[in-house]
This record gives sequence, C-alpha cells and structure tokens, in this order.
Amino acid sequence: MKSVTLTASALAIAVAAPAFAQSRENVQIAGSSTVLPYATIVAEAFGENTDFPTPVVESGGSSTGLSRFCEGVGEGTIDVANASRAIRDGEVETCASNGVEEIIEVRIGYDGIVFASQQSGPEFTAFEPSDWYQALAANLPQDGEMASNPNSNWSDVNGDLPDVEISAFIPGTRHGTREVFEENVLLAGCEETGAYDAMVNDMGMSEDDAEAACMEVRTDGASVDIDGDYTETLARLESNPDGVGVFGLAFYENNTDTLKVATMSGVQPSTETIASGEYPVSRPLFFYIKKAHIGVIPGLKEYAQFFMADEIAGPDGPLSNYGLVSLPEGELDEVQQRIENETTMDSQS
Amino acid sequence: MTDATAGATPAVDPGRKSKSIITTDDNTRRRNRAEKRFQYYGIAAIGVGVFFLLALTFSILRSGLPAFTETAVSLEINLSQEQFDEAESKLLKTGAYEQLFVQALQQQLNAEGEGDVEVEEDAVGRIMGNVGSEIREFYLANQDQLGEPVTFNVPASSRVDRYLNGGLSRESLAESKFLTPEDLDIVDRLVEAGTLTNVIDWDFITGTDSGVDNPGGAGLGASVIGSFFMMLVVLVLSLPIGVAASIYLEEFAPQNKLTDFIEVNISNLAAVPSIVYGILGLAVFIQFAGLPQSAPLVGGLVLTLMTLPTIIISTRASLKSVPPSIRSAALGVGASKMQSVFHHVLPLAMPGILTGTIIGLAQALGETAPLLLIGMVGYVARGYPDGIVSGLMDPNSAMPAQIYTWAARSDPAFYEKAWGGIIILLVFLLAMNALAIILRRKFERRW
Repeated sequence: MKSVTLTASALAIAVAAPAFAQSRENVQIAGSSTVLPYATIVAEAFGENTDFPTPVVESGGSSTGLSRFCEGVGEGTIDVANASRAIRDGEVETCASNGVEEIIEVRIGYDGIVFASQQSGPEFTAFEPSDWYQALAANLPQDGEMASNPNSNWSDVNGDLPDVEISAFIPGTRHGTREVFEENVLLAGCEETGAYDAMVNDMGMSEDDAEAACMEVRTDGASVDIDGDYTETLARLESNPDGVGVFGLAFYENNTDTLKVATMSGVQPSTETIASGEYPVSRPLFFYIKKAHIGVIPGLKEYAQFFMADEIAGPDGPLSNYGLVSLPEGELDEVQQRIENETTMDSQS
Repeated sequence: MTDATAGATPAVDPGRKSKSIITTDDNTRRRNRAEKRFQYYGIAAIGVGVFFLLALTFSILRSGLPAFTETAVSLEINLSQEQFDEAESKLLKTGAYEQLFVQALQQQLNAEGEGDVEVEEDAVGRIMGNVGSEIREFYLANQDQLGEPVTFNVPASSRVDRYLNGGLSRESLAESKFLTPEDLDIVDRLVEAGTLTNVIDWDFITGTDSGVDNPGGAGLGASVIGSFFMMLVVLVLSLPIGVAASIYLEEFAPQNKLTDFIEVNISNLAAVPSIVYGILGLAVFIQFAGLPQSAPLVGGLVLTLMTLPTIIISTRASLKSVPPSIRSAALGVGASKMQSVFHHVLPLAMPGILTGTIIGLAQALGETAPLLLIGMVGYVARGYPDGIVSGLMDPNSAMPAQIYTWAARSDPAFYEKAWGGIIILLVFLLAMNALAIILRRKFERRW
C-alpha cells in the first residue's frame, strides 16, 4: 500500500517538475575543445568577479557546438558556441531555418597548431608542409596518374627525417583544427611539391577535385584520427614512441616536460611567431553569441564583454598567459565595439 | 597408504582389478589428479584476479593520493582600506588581490635575501597558484580585518607541487614558460624557510571545479552533491515504480502473450547501452518537456530509466524466491491476495529488493555516457545549492563526469586530480556495496 502512495507522489513530482522550470540563470556554452580551456578560465573569473552565476561550458568540438547552437532559440538551447574555425555558410543557413537568425561573431585571438613527439622519441625537429603531404596523402601522383601512397617511413619522404614508420595522430573531422591542418599543411604541401599543378595540368583534374585529392588523408593506419581531446593524442604518443601528434600551442606549452616540438617551414612555434604571422599553421578562434538570448539569459552580454576586456583577452591577461595569441590592439577594440553594439554577422558584411 | 590397504585385503583375487572403494585404482587416481588439477586452475584464476585488483588499487592510490595534499604558502599580509577599494574597483578583482599577495611575498623574499639577486615579481607569480579569489572572499567577509596583519595559507602553483612531490625534474622545465629552473631556487629557499609546506587539501574534497589554469582550486565537493541529488531522484522514482511493476507482473498478472512480451522487453532494456538513454533524455526531458540543461533532475530521470530494468529483474527474482507455502498459508487463513503480498511476501523479499536497488544505484552512480548528452559533462563550477529545488534544477556535474572532465585537461596536475576523484568515487561505491551486503546478511532468510 505504502509503495502505491509513493509511486503516486513520485509521479506527481515528475509531472509538476516543468512548472518549476524557471528561466535559466546561467549562460550555457558548448563547442571547440581548443577554445574550452580559455572559456573555463573566463567562466571561473566571471563567476568570481561578478554577481552572475558561473557559466556552464561543455566541450565536444566546433562542429558539434555549432550544430547545437543552430538547433533553435529558447532556454533548452545553448547561448554561445565556441569554435576553432569560422562558421560555415551551410551552418548559417541551418541556423536561420531553425530561427537563429542573428548571430554575433566574436574573434578571441589566435592559436598555433604544433607538431610534437615524445621528448625521448626520434629526432623530429623540423617539418615542411610537403613532408606531411607526402606522408599522409591517400594518393600521390606517380608517372602521370594517381596511385596510392607508397611511403611507409618518414625517411622515404625526406632524408633528413628519422627512419621510423609513419604514424601520425591528427585531429578528427569534427574538430575545427582538422580543417586548418588540411588547408595550411596538406594543401600547402601539395602545392609546394608540385603535385597540385601536376593534377590540374597533366591529369586534367578540375581545381576542386585536385584540392580534394590534396586533402584526402590515407586510411591504411599510418594516420589516425583522434576524435577526443589532445590528452587522447598525448596518451597515444605515450604508447607509441615513434608517433607524431598534432596539438594546440597551449597544450604543448603545458606539457613541455613530455613533448618536444618541431619547427614548421623552419619557424619555431611560439606566441610571438604566431602573432607576427611567421609561423604558418595558425588559425583564429571564435565564439558565437545568439543575439535573441541577450536580455533573456542574464549575464550573456556581460560574459562576452568580460571575455574580451583588455584585462582578460589582452596581451597581459590570463588567456595570453595560458597560451592564447591575443588580438592586435586595433582588432581587440573593434571586437569590443561589436559586442557593445551587438553587431550581428549580416549587418557587418 | 595405498600399499597398506592393498596388503590388508589379501582375499581379493590379484588378477582382477580391485573394485573396493577404499583401495585406489588407476582410474580413481586419475580422477583424483584431475580434481587436484582443477583446484590448482581455480586457485590460479583467483590469483590472477587478486593480482590485477592489487595492481589496480596500488596504481590508483599511488597516482591519486597526491591529489589530497597541496603545497601551500603561508604568509602574513596587511591590506589597507585604500588597497581594498582599489582592488574592488577593477574589472578583474581577483587578479588585483593576487598581485598584492605576490608583491608582499616578493618583498619578504628580497628583505631576507641579504642583498642577493633581486627576486622578480613575475617569478613569484609563477610560483603562486591562483590565490586571488580566496583572499578576496576573506576580505569581503571580514572587512574589519583591513589594516591588520592576516596570515593566509594559499596554494602554490601545481608545478611547484609536482616538483616537491618528485614528479617534475629541473631538466624537464627547460622549455616551460610556467615555471623556469631558476624559479626552483626560490622554491627551495621558501621550503627551507618553512613558508612552503605540504598540507591536506580540504578544498579538493569540498570545493567546486576550477578553470584550467587553476588546478590547485579544483574540488569534487559540488559534484558529489550533484551525484547525491541524482541518486535521490533515481531512488524516489525507480524503487516504487520498479517494485510496483514487479509485484504486479509476479503476483497478479495473468500469464499471456502480452505479459510475456513485456517481460522479454524488460530483460532487453537492461542490456541497452546507457548512451541510448542519454539521447532519449535529451529529446524527451530537455527538448520536449523543457527541463533545464545540466540539471541533476534530468540526470536522475535518465538514470532512473537506466536503473528500472535492473531493479525490476532483481525484485522479481527475490519475490520468486519466497516459497509458495507462505502465500498459500496466508490465503488459507483468509487473507486477500493483496494482503498476502503486502503483509507476507513483500517483507520477506525486502532484503533482496534493497540489495538489487543499491547495486542498481551504484551502477547509476558511476555512469558518464548518458550525462554527456544532457550537459552535465563539462565545466560546471557552481557552488553548493541552497535547497532541494535548486539542488535539482541548478546546473551541476556528477562525480564520474567531473573525473572525465579533469582527465581531458592539458595541465598534468588535473590528471592527478582525476585519479584522486576516482578514489573518492570508489569509496562511495564500496560503501554502497558494503551496505547492500550488510542488509542482505542481516535480514536474509534461508528456506
């Protein structure tokens, strides 16, 4: 008898619960695992230094974050999407069709992509984009036609590299980092080696097809997609001393005791070389705000303003200290203005 | 022994094989040997299990115990009203307090240094963890202490901690910008002076999550509360629903195609991967019912769905184990069907039901996958809830989710925190299982 009453009351609680669902008080954020560390630093400081509750920041990758962002407007959807690449046109369309029409784009700074291996592993000290293209491409032009990649060791690609089997751990396709890796490393290497020209001129491929062929990664096990965070890449390197992994600069700087970094095109990655543009593999980091939620979710605009304040995102702030390459002076002002005026993406172009 | 027995029965025809059960013949010996061998296999199997258990326990304790201590800097500082007002006027107030503390430590170092090399402010800053919020909280609560010397015990940076634990060598810092080998000279000086000490990190047990640049401030406390509220929801919903469903199916339901179909499906549900329940929870509870994201209530509802089949199966098993004679006796003295169930069968089955429920709860406690989709895995650094409603509705994390989050962070100090979190989670799980065993031992009836 008792349990019947209990069931009834429990059911009553479950039914009545939505009535409690008062308006959400905290900012809800999801997206890129590269932006995640910066977002948590800001979220912690935001909670400590303002009267607003600490925002909730989830990870998941840029694409996951943006697709959740585009699900619609309302308290059940996230307010801010972190991304390590710019939003794509297709995503803007999806957003619009779901009612998310006004999006504020905030560029927070730049991040370098570095190529690192185990501290005690083989001497991977200098890479060129062409090395990576020839090591990882699915097909290479050989004797006037595309044939599957014959290279098995790094020394086959470049005599200066160690004679160990190619084993690379690169970000999976749901990470924004992958896109930058494909464009700034694989495509650049493809053009450098003349493979691109060979495809277009000699083999009669269209430019789009040639680009796609340049960025296609081999699937025979020499290259492994990592869909998790950089810690997963690090764990894979620890179990494979000959492996080379792709990391964010901030992650590498936190783990200099176990990782050693290689130069790319002869440039050592650092906040300085990335800020000056010398280091070739870097990309801007973003977050996107749902304008419809400003004024509905308390603290949303304040969070964005706090994030981009000189004290936080500026060159002496905690973000830069952690490894973010800050925006140059003028650009930072512009971003602050954009948040202040709530300038959406359509109205700025 | 064998010879003696053989000698004692001379009457047996020597040409014929002995059929005596006392004398062992070849066949018996072979069977005995096989039995012995099997016992050794069994012991070896147990040995392998125990070995792995010990290895696992050892590695968890070795990696996790350092998380319970921290390297703290103890320093007396004296903040004036003007410094307080100035710090409060800034945007990044905690940063201002941290700077004041760092400057005080720098001054003390330079005063003691007897004209040695000047210690730079940046170097002191690298040695210290994020201490601003602790100092600010203290002064906000105790403004009367302004202008008087106050001693603070605040955490040093995670790398100093690892250096003093032996986890970090001087050489490996060559490339690091977070702590340089020269800074370690200052650290050594501070240890000698007794300013740097190893203390128990109570914040780790009671505190909330912290930003990635502040491993010293990270704690599991808030997520323990989150897990508690989730378990509360699971218990309140799944126990009555599960027990009612099992009693009906076991005692009242007619045996027909429909009940067979339901039974098969309950067994199938028990085997459904937990992530499926997460997707269901996202679609039904958040997107359709409009419950808040990251709320322990939603987590609890999702885990209830996951735990229900387990509870129903174990409850039905314990109802089945009550002998039919009890039911017949009750019915025989004139009890109704319902009276026989609630007065006699259910109390006798209760220990088994509770054991099943606790084991189901323990399973739910360690679950991360369904929480991933409802927003409980991530940076959820909320303080303690004010009451039951805010405990259920405010964003919170859960213990396994928090451990997962820490393990994914780049600063190796968080990895240590993750191991420490595993120890706390295991303590909870062991306590729940021990409770289940005690209940079973105390109340179980054998027939």
